Amino acid sequence: MKINFTLNGKETSGDWPAEKRLLDVIREDLGLTGTKEGCGEGECGACSVLLDGKIVNSCLIPLGQAEGARVVTPEGLKENPRGKAILDAFAQAGAVQCGFCTPGMMMAAEALLSRNPKPDEQAVREAISGNLCRCTGYDKIVLAILLAAEKGDGLW
Amino acid sequence: MVETYRPESLQEALEIRARGALPFGGGTDLMVARRGYTGNLPQFDGTLLFTDRVAELRRITVAEEVMEIGAAVTMTELLEHPETPDLLREALALIAAPGIRNRATLGGNIGNASPAGDSLVPLYLYDARVELESLRGSRIIPLKELITGVRKLTLADNELLTRIILPLTVFTRTSYRKVGTRRANALSKLSFSGALTLKRDGTIEDLRIALGAVAPTVVRRETIEKSLQGKSLEGLNPKETAQKWANDITPINDQRSTAAYRKQVALNLIAGFIRKAQEEL
Repeated sequence: MKINFTLNGKETSGDWPAEKRLLDVIREDLGLTGTKEGCGEGECGACSVLLDGKIVNSCLIPLGQAEGARVVTPEGLKENPRGKAILDAFAQAGAVQCGFCTPGMMMAAEALLSRNPKPDEQAVREAISGNLCRCTGYDKIVLAILLAAEKGDGLW
Repeated sequence: MVETYRPESLQEALEIRARGALPFGGGTDLMVARRGYTGNLPQFDGTLLFTDRVAELRRITVAEEVMEIGAAVTMTELLEHPETPDLLREALALIAAPGIRNRATLGGNIGNASPAGDSLVPLYLYDARVELESLRGSRIIPLKELITGVRKLTLADNELLTRIILPLTVFTRTSYRKVGTRRANALSKLSFSGALTLKRDGTIEDLRIALGAVAPTVVRRETIEKSLQGKSLEGLNPKETAQKWANDITPINDQRSTAAYRKQVALNLIAGFIRKAQEEL
């Protein structure tokens, strides 16, 4: 089936089975491997992308439901000032160890800050509650997002 | 080969459903149940009916103290609606995580009919009804009559769940409690909804208890509730009162919890609800 959607700001289309996971199209067909597969069942958040501005697990989105949508992946996020601010904050706060959860965490950060530019710690923890990290214990990730909100004043 | 349809009108959706298509809301249950593992397509056959673009199924309307929720409304949309009752809001907020809530639909949580479905417990407490439509017409039945067992619905193959009708009953106090392993992305070991309205003289006008994940379907016993109407709240013994529900709490042992734990905690939560209400008299 011919599916059209906007990916990282660019009109994208292709012929794919409508039930194919958005995650697989992004990674395998379009070569954007910033989005990861951790569990394939919507529990870990490593596959998080923004769909029409909302955080979703791309392992659960059939491509047919992405038709006409705006999709943003980590590659798209890091190209704009907000993404750069989040990246810098993660680096500065020491919030990255193996890095596997990091793309998903960054998408969750953007989803949060675009709605709530000055979140408190509780709001940050709630925003990343769908993202699992096996390395850091989450504290530095929370600090990174609070840091991004602080240093990125005016960006969100 | 799977055929998929993403209609924008209810009429079209009903026509596709009449051909036996599988309704697909947010996909948060179906895409897991039918997963094909990495590199493979999800295992669907026949026809899929994506409901996310059907305008009539995405609406929330409030009129005369009744909220009507389209079956394809997402958990997030319902959470963000200002008139969603606190009890339902508290239950929805503890479902999964933001990414799931942005896609999961109320109709899907009902259609999945899991004994541990979290939205179901407050819906049963509020005496929610559901509208089931087909090309032949529509019928409205209490939600408790739609779900008859574990993943069992009295829904015909040509019928589509279109609306959830929620009376916005106001209570003196409500309480929701989910018992799970962690704050997010936890399937309930059990869940509890309680609502109470007192008369001015401290007697019970309305007391409702609903429990999730302790039986094949949500536990709600109006006969027990009615037997407590008119009684003085202060005069109740919380533990003894909770025991009235004991025979109807029939949980199982599974990977999440044991029957004994679920039963004991359910009784504790009922007793606690009564005790807390008494303390705040």
